[in-house]
Amino acid sequence: MNLGNNILLDAYHRMKSIREFEERIHVENTTGEIPGFVHLYAGQEAVATGVCLQLRDSDYIGSTHRGHGHSIAKGCDIKAMMLEIYGKKGGLCAGKGGSMHIADFEKGMLGANAIVGGNPPLVIGAALTAKVKGTDGVAVSFSGDGASNQGTTFEAMNMAVVLKLPVVFIFENNGYGEGTGCDYAVGADSIAKRAESFGMPAVSVDGTDFFAVEAAAREAVTRARTGQGPSAIEASAMRFYGHFEGDPQAYRSADELAELRKTGDCLKIFRARVEKDQLVTADALDQIDREVADLIDEAVDKARKADFPTSDDLLTDVYVSY
Amino acid sequence: MSKKTIREALNEALRQEMARDGQVIILGEDVAGGHGGTGVIDAYGGPLGVTKGVIGEFGANRVIDTPISESAIMGAAAGAAATGLRPVAELMFVDFMGVCFDQIFNQAAKFRYMFGGKTKTPMVVRTTIGAGMRTAAQHSQCLYHMFTSVPGLKCVMPSNAYDAKGLLIEAIRDDDPVIFFENKLLYDLACDVPDESYAIPFGEANVVREGGDVTIVAFSRMVHIAEEAAKTLAAEGISVEVIDPRTTSPLDEETILDSVEKTGFLVVVDESAARCGMAADIAGLVVEQAFDALRGPIIQITPPHTPVPFSPPLEDAFIPTAGAVCDAIRKLLK
Ligand SMILES: Cc1ncc(C[n+]2csc(CCOP(=O)(O)OP(=O)(O)O)c2C)c(N)n1
Ligand SMILES: [Mg+2]
Repeated sequence: MNLGNNILLDAYHRMKSIREFEERIHVENTTGEIPGFVHLYAGQEAVATGVCLQLRDSDYIGSTHRGHGHSIAKGCDIKAMMLEIYGKKGGLCAGKGGSMHIADFEKGMLGANAIVGGNPPLVIGAALTAKVKGTDGVAVSFSGDGASNQGTTFEAMNMAVVLKLPVVFIFENNGYGEGTGCDYAVGADSIAKRAESFGMPAVSVDGTDFFAVEAAAREAVTRARTGQGPSAIEASAMRFYGHFEGDPQAYRSADELAELRKTGDCLKIFRARVEKDQLVTADALDQIDREVADLIDEAVDKARKADFPTSDDLLTDVYVSY
Repeated sequence: MSKKTIREALNEALRQEMARDGQVIILGEDVAGGHGGTGVIDAYGGPLGVTKGVIGEFGANRVIDTPISESAIMGAAAGAAATGLRPVAELMFVDFMGVCFDQIFNQAAKFRYMFGGKTKTPMVVRTTIGAGMRTAAQHSQCLYHMFTSVPGLKCVMPSNAYDAKGLLIEAIRDDDPVIFFENKLLYDLACDVPDESYAIPFGEANVVREGGDVTIVAFSRMVHIAEEAAKTLAAEGISVEVIDPRTTSPLDEETILDSVEKTGFLVVVDESAARCGMAADIAGLVVEQAFDALRGPIIQITPPHTPVPFSPPLEDAFIPTAGAVCDAIRKLLK
């Protein structure tokens, strides 16, 4: 299927926003103003974007510790995200969650999750809501190659098949879980094949190729939306940065990293493809580049200047009522 | 004897025990790191560097990197312990007990009793605790009270490098399952630590500082908060006794009770929980067994009954401070 001009520009906007957001945090993190752990998603933008383009605000996603990209692709407000990451007032979670817990239920973002394997069971719950209520809602779980080995993930996949839930399991294979290689930690030949053995259709795609992800995700989301049950997609794309900011990355070679920027950059691959096939103009893409750069500037500026919450906020929102 | 950090002391304890006893193994996520990558093996040496270099000395047969599968890690440790090994399993952050608690509290903890005394489960779970790193609600908890409440588990939480080494060696040699809690903020804290191997028995509190006016019982990093408060109060003429139980199960009740008999006042500084935590446990002990010695209410200084918040001013307000301890004691003795 040919994607229209608007969809391609939207896709590029989301991917570029994620990249700019992450590269900027990589820089700003060195000032010491960003508290806690940050795990950057740069390099994997085509996956979140190709998938979330298929979804509506009323559909849900569950994310991981590496959640900025999923949040942006699902439509979370970038300035409110930045405020949250800085731990400031006005942050998407009032400064209580931070980078690893960005959530926005109105946008169908069920939360980044600091427990590896934490989201797949929650996501099938969102799919269950859609099924029981008879809506055509869909829920998507994003997990890493590492999280694919967690028992919670296996249980969620099996139950999704048994209950024929409208859910899609996305496995982002970036080659590593922390400092351990996927080839070492995943016993099966492929994560997709293992998912398939649970009784659902599963495919492997090149996660740096937006078009490949988009096509696979469209098919899987349509299947879910039309009552045909769960699917899985393994999308391979490496992360450009360390597991967390500050990770010395001794588990991968300098060659691997250099090569990655050259041949594994989903944004460059996207641009080359759409320019070659004359799907959108270079001017239109450049225009997006400028808009996004300005937006991220504003977001960082606003976050740096914003006030912190006060200690009064410590005791609020533990319960709805008590 | 030389100055060593808690990280170094733990590393030394592991190496010495592995050299002494071929049944000791280490397993967990990235305890070495680098397998299946394009870089070097031992790229992590434990997420916080405690097991660095151990694989080089003892090999991948005894220093085992696992997939991210905590239930299987804890169950494998329990199963291996019951069948002839002495595993030291790593649960990177105690918060992750949520995905594997069954294997610890229904399985490992229960074997000995439930099987009529027929089996031993000599395993150690090393795990990290503590707020203060801005790592938010799922990476900052201090859940030792939950393990302490489970019969069959022993619970250890060193506050300095000397204790860390001696207690870890004791934990590895102990025939019961031991949960060993390491505070993330203390890893770089150094003190004199003997080079040779030594073990510190469980259930023996350390009287960190002697005093006659008030007793503070504190755990893990809170021992340092208590000491700071004690120093401030000393300048005001208040003499504080600081007790570090070092293990909550078994608990050295005698040292705590003797101290309260002497001072008549008790403050417990505990990062675990405002409800049903160690502070409440110690308070209950003292009310029951030293009621007549008490000359004022027992003060429990804990975080509030909330999850750990992310934003720095919120997290700072969450963690007990020396200032709060001083204020409470001044009020108590007025
Ligand atoms: C239950 C649990 N175990 C371990 C961790 C520590 N941890 C955080 S991220 C991570 C690696 C996850 O790897 P993967 O699923 O491949 O995601 P990636 O980081 O590559 O995006 C680990 C081990 C955790 N947060 N939760
Ligand atoms: Mg990964």
